Amino acid sequence: MKRIYLDHAATTPVDKRVLKAMLPYFTRKYGNPMSLHSFGQEAQKAVEEARIKVADFFNCSPGEIFFTSGATESNNWVIKGVVRAHQSKKPHIITSAIEHHCILEACESVEKDGLAEVTYLKPDPRGIIFSESVRKAIKNNTVLVSVMYVNNEIGTREPIEEIGEVLEGRILFHTDATQAVSHFNCDVKKLGVDFLSMSGHKIYGPKGVGILYIKKGSLIFRIQEGGAQEGEMRAGTHNVPGIVGLAKAVELIKKDKKILQLRNYLISRVLKEVPLSRLNGSLDKRSPNNANFTFNNIEGESLVMLLDGEGIASSTGSACSSRSLEPSHVLSAIGLRPEEAHGSLRLTLGKDTTKKDIDFTVEKIKKAVAKLREISGNVLEEYEQLH
Amino acid sequence: MFWKSMNNYTKRTLNQFLKPKNRGKINNPDGVGMVGNPVCGDLMKVYIKVGKNKKREEMIKDIKFETLGCVAAVASSSITTELAKNKTLKQASKITKDEIVKGLGGLPREKVHCSILANQALKKAIDDYYSKLPASSAASAKSSARASAKTASAAGRKRGRSYAGKAF
Repeated sequence: MKRIYLDHAATTPVDKRVLKAMLPYFTRKYGNPMSLHSFGQEAQKAVEEARIKVADFFNCSPGEIFFTSGATESNNWVIKGVVRAHQSKKPHIITSAIEHHCILEACESVEKDGLAEVTYLKPDPRGIIFSESVRKAIKNNTVLVSVMYVNNEIGTREPIEEIGEVLEGRILFHTDATQAVSHFNCDVKKLGVDFLSMSGHKIYGPKGVGILYIKKGSLIFRIQEGGAQEGEMRAGTHNVPGIVGLAKAVELIKKDKKILQLRNYLISRVLKEVPLSRLNGSLDKRSPNNANFTFNNIEGESLVMLLDGEGIASSTGSACSSRSLEPSHVLSAIGLRPEEAHGSLRLTLGKDTTKKDIDFTVEKIKKAVAKLREISGNVLEEYEQLH
Repeated sequence: MFWKSMNNYTKRTLNQFLKPKNRGKINNPDGVGMVGNPVCGDLMKVYIKVGKNKKREEMIKDIKFETLGCVAAVASSSITTELAKNKTLKQASKITKDEIVKGLGGLPREKVHCSILANQALKKAIDDYYSKLPASSAASAKSSARASAKTASAAGRKRGRSYAGKAF
C-alpha cells in the first residue's frame, strides 16, 4: 500500500543530504569535542562549523547559539533558567494559553515551586496573541515574555515582531520557533527576540538535537550541570552527528510557494466537499503547511485510524488520542466546544507532498467522515435536546 | 493533545471498529439506553427489541447501537451488542466489562472506560424496557439488571476516573 505522510508538524524524514553529512561522525570521526587529541579536535571543528552555519541562518554570532537535545529542552531551559537568574524578587512571566506543553508545564512547575508567577494570555478565535494584550499584562516584576512563533496545532503565526517592538528590549523575550523555521523569516534581530528555540527533526534533520539562541548579555542560568560544554552553559557530551545534521538541515531550508498552493487546494476542497466541515485557526496568518479541520458528529481518533487504514498519516486534537482524556488545550482556548475539538483533524504537508496525494486524501476523508457519521447517527443532537 | 496510545489496539478491536456489527437504530424499540458525555468525547446509544425464547423467557431478539466516539468506543459498542444478542435479559444483565474487554482481546488501560460505557448503555436499555412494563411483572428481573449496572459504575470509580458522571 502506498503511504502518504501528512503529519510533518509531528516530525519529518531526514533529508538524504543531511544523513550523508552526519554519517562520518558515527564511525570514523567519533571523537568527543572536549578531548585534547586529534579525534577530539576533528569533532570540535565539526561542531564549531555547524555553529557558524546555524548562526548565519538566524543572523546572530556563533557564540549565541547553544546546542541542546531539542526544543523541549531549550524551552525548559529558558523558563527555568531565567526564573532562577531573577530570584531577588519573585519574577513574573507572560506566556500564552496555546504554547506547546513543554512551555506550559515548565511554567506550571516554577509556579508550583513558588519561584515565579505566570500570566497565560488568551488568544482571539483565530489563535492570535495580540501585542496589545502582552503590553497590558506587563507588571513591575515581569522578567520574561514567551510566545511561540507558529502554533503547532492550528498553524497560526503570531506577531512576534510586533511583540518585540512593544517590549523594546526592556523585558527578555523568547519565541519557540520550532514550527516556523522552515517557513518564516527567523532573523533574531528582525524579530527582536532574546531567546529562540528550535528542533532539528521538524526541518528534515535528525531527532534529539535542537538549539537555544541566547542573545549576548541576557541574564539566564544553566539548568543542567556536569560539564563545561557550550561555554559552561549546557553540560553533556555534544551530539556531534546530530549537530552536524541540524546545521545541514538549516542550510538546506528553501522556501517555495508550492506547499502553500497545495495546502490552499486541500482546504478549499475539504470545505467544499465534506459537509459540516470548518477550518480551525486563521486563513491568512497561518503556516503554509498546516490545515486543521473540525467535522461535526465524528471523533478524531476514529478518523485518524480510518485514514491510517488507507495509508494516510494525520493527527487530531481529540482527547481520545491522548492519555489525558481532555481535548486539545489550543482548540479549547480558541473557543471550540469539546465535541468540536474532539472532531478535529490536523494535516501538515511536507516538501514532497504532491497534488495526487492531496486528491487521494480528500477522497478518503470524504468516505471516512461519511462512514463515521453512519455509525454515530444523531446521538449528539439527541443528547443536546435532552440537556 | 496530539497526540499517543492509539497504536496499542488489538487486531480484534480494530476489526470490530472497521466492520462494526449491529450498527444503526431500531424503529419502535422496546428499550433504549444512552450514556456518555460530549465533553469526554463518547456518546453511545443502544436499542433493543425483546422477544421470548422456547422457555418463554424474555430475550434480546434484536440489538443495535449508534456511537459517537473513538476506536475503543465503537469497538466496545459492537462487541457488546454481539455478546447480548439472543441472550435472555437475565443473561445480558450479567455481562461484565471484563467480558467486553476480553472479547476485544484487551484494551489499552486508558480506554477501559469505553467498555464500561458500552456495558452501561446495554443495562440502561434493559432497564428502560422493564420501566415500561406493568409494575408487577417487572419487579423481580428489574432488580437484577440494576445490580449489574451498579457493579459497572463501581468498577469505573475504582479506576480513578469519573465515569459515573458520564452516565445520565
